[in-house]
Amino acid sequence: MLSRVADSIYWLNRYIERAENVARFVDVNLNLMLDLPPGMTQQWQPLVSITGDVELFKARYGEANAKNVIQFLTFEEDYHNSIISCLQRARENARSIREIISSEMWEEVNSFYLMVKEASPGKPFDALPYFFYQVKMASHRFAGVMDATMTHNEGWHFGQMGRLLERADKTTRILDVKYFVLLPSAEWVGTPLDQIQWISLLKSASAYEMYRKCQHRITPTCVAEFLILNRQFPRSIHFCLWQAEQCLHEITNTPTGTWCNGAERSLGKLCSQLGYLTIEDVIQTGLHEFLDQMQSSINQVGNEIYTTFFAVDNC
Amino acid sequence: MQLDAYDPEEFYDELFVAQGKPRSQAESLIKLIQKLGIKQLEQHRQTAEIALFKLGVTFNVYSDNQGVERIFPFDIIPRIISAQEWQWLEKGLKQRIKALNLFLDDIYNEQLILKDGKIPAEVIHTATGFLKPCLGIKPPQGIWCHITGTDLVRDRDGKWYVLEDNLRVPSGVSYVLENRRVMKSTFPDIFHTMAVKAIDDYPSHLLETLLNLAPPHLPEPTVVVLTPGIYNSAYYEHSFLAQQMGVELVEGRDLAVVDGYLQMRTTKGLRRVDVVYRRVDDGFLDPKAFRPDSRLGVPGLMEVYQQGKVALANAPGTGVADDKVVYAYVPEMIRYYLGEEPLLCNVPTYLCWQEQDREYVLKNLDKLVVKAANEAGGYGMLVGIKATPAEREEFAQKILAQPRNYIAQPTLSLSRVPTLIDGEIEGRHVDLRPYILHRGDEVYVHPGGLTRVALKKGSLVVNSSQGGGSKDTWVLTE
Repeated sequence: MLSRVADSIYWLNRYIERAENVARFVDVNLNLMLDLPPGMTQQWQPLVSITGDVELFKARYGEANAKNVIQFLTFEEDYHNSIISCLQRARENARSIREIISSEMWEEVNSFYLMVKEASPGKPFDALPYFFYQVKMASHRFAGVMDATMTHNEGWHFGQMGRLLERADKTTRILDVKYFVLLPSAEWVGTPLDQIQWISLLKSASAYEMYRKCQHRITPTCVAEFLILNRQFPRSIHFCLWQAEQCLHEITNTPTGTWCNGAERSLGKLCSQLGYLTIEDVIQTGLHEFLDQMQSSINQVGNEIYTTFFAVDNC
Repeated sequence: MQLDAYDPEEFYDELFVAQGKPRSQAESLIKLIQKLGIKQLEQHRQTAEIALFKLGVTFNVYSDNQGVERIFPFDIIPRIISAQEWQWLEKGLKQRIKALNLFLDDIYNEQLILKDGKIPAEVIHTATGFLKPCLGIKPPQGIWCHITGTDLVRDRDGKWYVLEDNLRVPSGVSYVLENRRVMKSTFPDIFHTMAVKAIDDYPSHLLETLLNLAPPHLPEPTVVVLTPGIYNSAYYEHSFLAQQMGVELVEGRDLAVVDGYLQMRTTKGLRRVDVVYRRVDDGFLDPKAFRPDSRLGVPGLMEVYQQGKVALANAPGTGVADDKVVYAYVPEMIRYYLGEEPLLCNVPTYLCWQEQDREYVLKNLDKLVVKAANEAGGYGMLVGIKATPAEREEFAQKILAQPRNYIAQPTLSLSRVPTLIDGEIEGRHVDLRPYILHRGDEVYVHPGGLTRVALKKGSLVVNSSQGGGSKDTWVLTE
């Protein structure tokens, strides 16, 4: 398969997953803010913080209020991680590999993009929850259509890997929202509001019901454990990375547990680290510090994949 | 309903002989349309357009920003060509393509036609499409123009004329195939009763034509389609054809010349490429041989090509035959190379570089259509009859400044086809571009082709870039 094509299908999936996750954490914050006791200041700054683009946001919008943050993360065409930008690029990638993907996949990306583009930037607040729901569902639909209509060949595995790595990265960031939200007021820990926030967080990862089935009580440690280490929940970091590793080995035909290139080595290392980790280890490192580390390891894997498969100057 | 009142006026109409009197081959279609009624027809049109948009059957407009693709407007009343008429056209087209190919092979090698004085050498040497780096090349089996789209029109009296030959990178065949797909799902019944020739096998014919160029004895030759990328106006078509043939769609940056061969970069390293259906213009193919600033092509490609280690379709250099001055000599080529009289006529053409012709052209600008020798897409032309005196003056100056660059032809009164316009059925002018594949031992003419329609009332310009649309073309089997 052409390197460029592999690159495009990988990013096509990453962008769609990214758009979905931005919709997730904006939506969960909208919900959280609704549940705030009267008199408390709304917190929108954390959402910008987790994207890592605070400077850019401040320069363009100044104050981090609901309207500005939602505009920035959702409809800002000049911000490369906004939902609309992700979809623009997803669509462009899909268009450049239309002959490789199924036409159903193309149609799905195309109508997804058109749906977001038509949603007007000044959308009234009460229309937003449904809009974010549509974004999430369109992303699921794309994944489903891809799974059901495209041969599970090399290209499919590249796409799958893109989606899983992006999802793992975003799960770390969703967990981090809680850290940022709590930061200014540590005295809230253990209060009913704290409970509500953890529930919201689980919901934003579509993990609430699944969590309840295996843990019942909501405690910060258990939530973190579920989202980081659970081996069966499809949005947990461990699950995503482990599945991505499978895809990688399908592509190269190297048996798991061994490696023949930088991508396999760094992802393999990360997976085995996670495989033997307990939540107590994580808490000892500090949750935020751990998540930070996890993000750079996932980045590292992405870079290795780029050098191994996509770098076009490889001859 | 309205069709009873449909009046072909003084034009040749492809579906009607006279008011209320359909041509025999169109009778069942007209009956069906009358049964449907305008409202339902309009609904079908909308459904068809939505289908095309959803399929992404679009073209890009260069000046627009990213993401602005338009569908090529599609009219659901087809144009019908009888079996007999088609057989004759097919013969004429084959004859023309054979002669053109012999001309190309001659002009880049022995140049006998120039030595024998049938075409002035000056015409060839001043043609921008004539490429010196191609001199002395012998492409596989002597084929230069593997894929040609020849534009035909019909005049007031119903006589066919060749308007121009497109031997460089003719586009539009994807619309032909997609339009038919949409028509079949819109009017399934009529296809059962009307015996329309099937066209879906074009990609198979194209693939055979390309495979035929691979060096012999290769067990599994690699064929690719080379595109300038997603911003090219015909990108949809490039991707469609690659998909339909099941071959890779590559961009210049996916390719490199390594170890003396053309190779593509894959996730598993380099892989050799044997045949390239290139949809990139000559000048951009290889910065080492042609435009040094081009990033669309592959440095060193021409050298590999000259050594016969990769085949290119169409061969670089075919553009010389697209020159509108060279076009004027095609009937001469047919006589010279084949010893036959041309079956299809050229439109009478005045060559501005010839003094007598130029004087006539300058005196009669209000009656003529003036065209730049190397422009396409409806650019660089003057329709004298519709132009203002100032526009005519501007063209007169251009002609005087660069007489070699202009030709003029009488304004033909293009044939019309009933077309659905804002809920009314009105006659609109059309042309026809059949696609011809040259395989060496055989020339294949794809039945039908792209019928382009000038949607503006009275307009004769059918190009998509100038607001034209398209229709399905039905060639009947009996």
